[in-house]
Amino acid sequence: MFKKMPVVPAGCSAEPVSKTSFLPMHKKLTLAVTGALFIACAGSSFGAAPPTDKVDTTHLAVTDTEVTVGQLHSSTGTMAISETGAIEAEKLAIGQINAMGGVLGRKIKLIQEDGASDWPTFAEKAKKLLEENHVAAIFGCWTSASRKAVLPVLERDNGLLYYPTFYEGLEQSKNVVYTGQEATQQVFAGLDWVAKTKNAKTFYLIGSDYIWPRTTMKLARKYIETVLHGSVVGEEYAALGSTDFGSTINKIRLKKPDVIYAAVVGGSNVSWFKQLKAAGITGKDHTLLTLSVTEDEANGIGGENLVGFYSAMKYFQSLDTPRNKEFVKQFKAKWGADAPIGDVTQAGYEGPWIWKAAVEKAGSFDTDKVAKAEESGQISFDAPEGMVYLEPNHHLKTRLRIGEWRTDGQADIVYTSDYIMPNPFPTGY
Amino acid sequence: MGGYSISDLWSILVMQGFSGLSLFSVLLLMALGLAIIFGQMGVINMAHGEFMTIGAYTIYMFSKVTEQYFPSLMPYYFVVAIFAAFGFAFAAGYLVEYLLIRHLYKRPLDTLLATWGLSLIMQQIFRTVFGAREVSATLPDWLMGSWKPTPDIDIPLNGLFVMAISIVVTAAVVLFLYRSSWGLKVRATTQNRVMAGSVGINTRKVDRVTFAVGCGIAGIAGATFTTIASTGPTSGSLYIVDTFLVVVFGGAGSVIGTVSSAFSIAQAQSILTFFLTNAMGKVVTLLTIIIILMMRPEGLFTSKVRK
Repeated sequence: MFKKMPVVPAGCSAEPVSKTSFLPMHKKLTLAVTGALFIACAGSSFGAAPPTDKVDTTHLAVTDTEVTVGQLHSSTGTMAISETGAIEAEKLAIGQINAMGGVLGRKIKLIQEDGASDWPTFAEKAKKLLEENHVAAIFGCWTSASRKAVLPVLERDNGLLYYPTFYEGLEQSKNVVYTGQEATQQVFAGLDWVAKTKNAKTFYLIGSDYIWPRTTMKLARKYIETVLHGSVVGEEYAALGSTDFGSTINKIRLKKPDVIYAAVVGGSNVSWFKQLKAAGITGKDHTLLTLSVTEDEANGIGGENLVGFYSAMKYFQSLDTPRNKEFVKQFKAKWGADAPIGDVTQAGYEGPWIWKAAVEKAGSFDTDKVAKAEESGQISFDAPEGMVYLEPNHHLKTRLRIGEWRTDGQADIVYTSDYIMPNPFPTGY
Repeated sequence: MGGYSISDLWSILVMQGFSGLSLFSVLLLMALGLAIIFGQMGVINMAHGEFMTIGAYTIYMFSKVTEQYFPSLMPYYFVVAIFAAFGFAFAAGYLVEYLLIRHLYKRPLDTLLATWGLSLIMQQIFRTVFGAREVSATLPDWLMGSWKPTPDIDIPLNGLFVMAISIVVTAAVVLFLYRSSWGLKVRATTQNRVMAGSVGINTRKVDRVTFAVGCGIAGIAGATFTTIASTGPTSGSLYIVDTFLVVVFGGAGSVIGTVSSAFSIAQAQSILTFFLTNAMGKVVTLLTIIIILMMRPEGLFTSKVRK
């Protein structure tokens, strides 16, 4: 590639280049001239890092030594509970990448913005990051609502987003990489497992009332009825923030389903599990499989209310591999021994690494080139959860795991699936 | 409901009845503090939920400290912590009245905005102090699980506990308002502030104590709800809508109104949720409330106040 030489070539000033990235569009002509001058200079000699005008032709915030990226999560508001883990994990990954020398020889500089759990604010901050700061990539969003709010901005300004949450699918954008699982990856293998090991025939579906649980349950119902030949004896959605599950629990007692299949989120999740336990529905004599409890939630719910129930996730902190143990150690060293690591936290950690791999494959920070590299099917990463492979549809090929909760808020992994291809647009559902 | 045995249906009926009662005590407990503040003082306290959160975090702190230093006292800490929850929320309320509310009595709409701002500030303080993640207090064993009078019936112990607390608090509020000299002063101030002042009642002090007591009760509610719900910086905001619903529907300024409003909303919601879906149950309840409020804008029970 590039020979090891001094970064600033003798007789040529690199100064105009470091300025280029922040110039507005109407100065394009000036840029072209300085750019041409620079290329003339750089052609003969350049340093370890490839020249800035080679790796950035779209005026991103890239200098000879630095590349600026954005982070857009809620650190205030009701979603801060969930997004904290992702924020911490992304910072950890960026710190580690910098310690290894950065991306294309450039250190990552992070601009953190707060979406404040408010979807218009997410769109506004995304616009700010892309149009004022010219960030090369954004790591962020947690809820589908925030992602949907940011998506039009990303597509208009041609930015890149690395989205860590497991979600409902039915979306694919050249500007987004989804490092969490989409619904088919999270739902089908888990239902297969519970049908087989628990000999389950009847299912009671319950979720919070918004797009992710509703779409996920629609997939689940179809799969239960057509593939597993079981039956759904109840399907119910509780308002977001609802804290009373008495009547729902009584309905469940009356219907006596083999499996309670749950996707309740937020503060409701805590009420739901505390009230289940109080009503005598525990892991001892009931099977409950949930899609919305990671170690983060377990912390708030209390392990004693969860013990014996199952979660379907791609990652659990207790995963017993040398790679994961190393990751857990690094995470705890940076964020404290008490910090739990959940599925989304680990997926958040993958974001910067996938971006790095794609940028290096493209040899450029340009969105179009990075997106093309991402669609090559050749990007992979040795993640804490194991090897993950970025498929041309911008989702990761991963495994699904089933964890059985213990009183200490950690889960024993009782099942690991084969690799599951992501399929954000399942047919027939 | 074919295909179910009589004993099945009977036990469901019992448990469903209990679940309605348990929701009733939850609603009552959250609304009582607000009913005092809104009803007696006309102050719309949007930060009511955050005073509940103070109570919830008090339980959390007590549980952590007890677990660490006095593990043998684990079964008992909860009772002490509830009193502490009242104390902390009372003190916070007293301070807030002194610093903020008393400057705004003549501008009721501004109290709404100011207390809303206060709620955001308090949420951020909780987030800074306790972290953004939800926490969970370790509950004593006697609060967990269920009581089984028959093999098919499970009565949640935490539900019974909430019910007991809300009975005690309601009784205390009634005694405070109608049987104590403080209550007399509070009611006199509500009915005619100028006259109360002219007969020598320190109406400012009355306001301050009334507000603080209302906040203290919110603290007890928050502490009690740690047995059934979450503890996080924004947990309080989960309750605020329902709380206002109960108070407005019951009619401001009447404890009877608050009790009957909590009872009817809880029963309607609980029964409708059982037969309809969760969302539809709520929709039908809210629609009914709106229609009743259109016919009786003052709520179920109105207190006669000279305006």
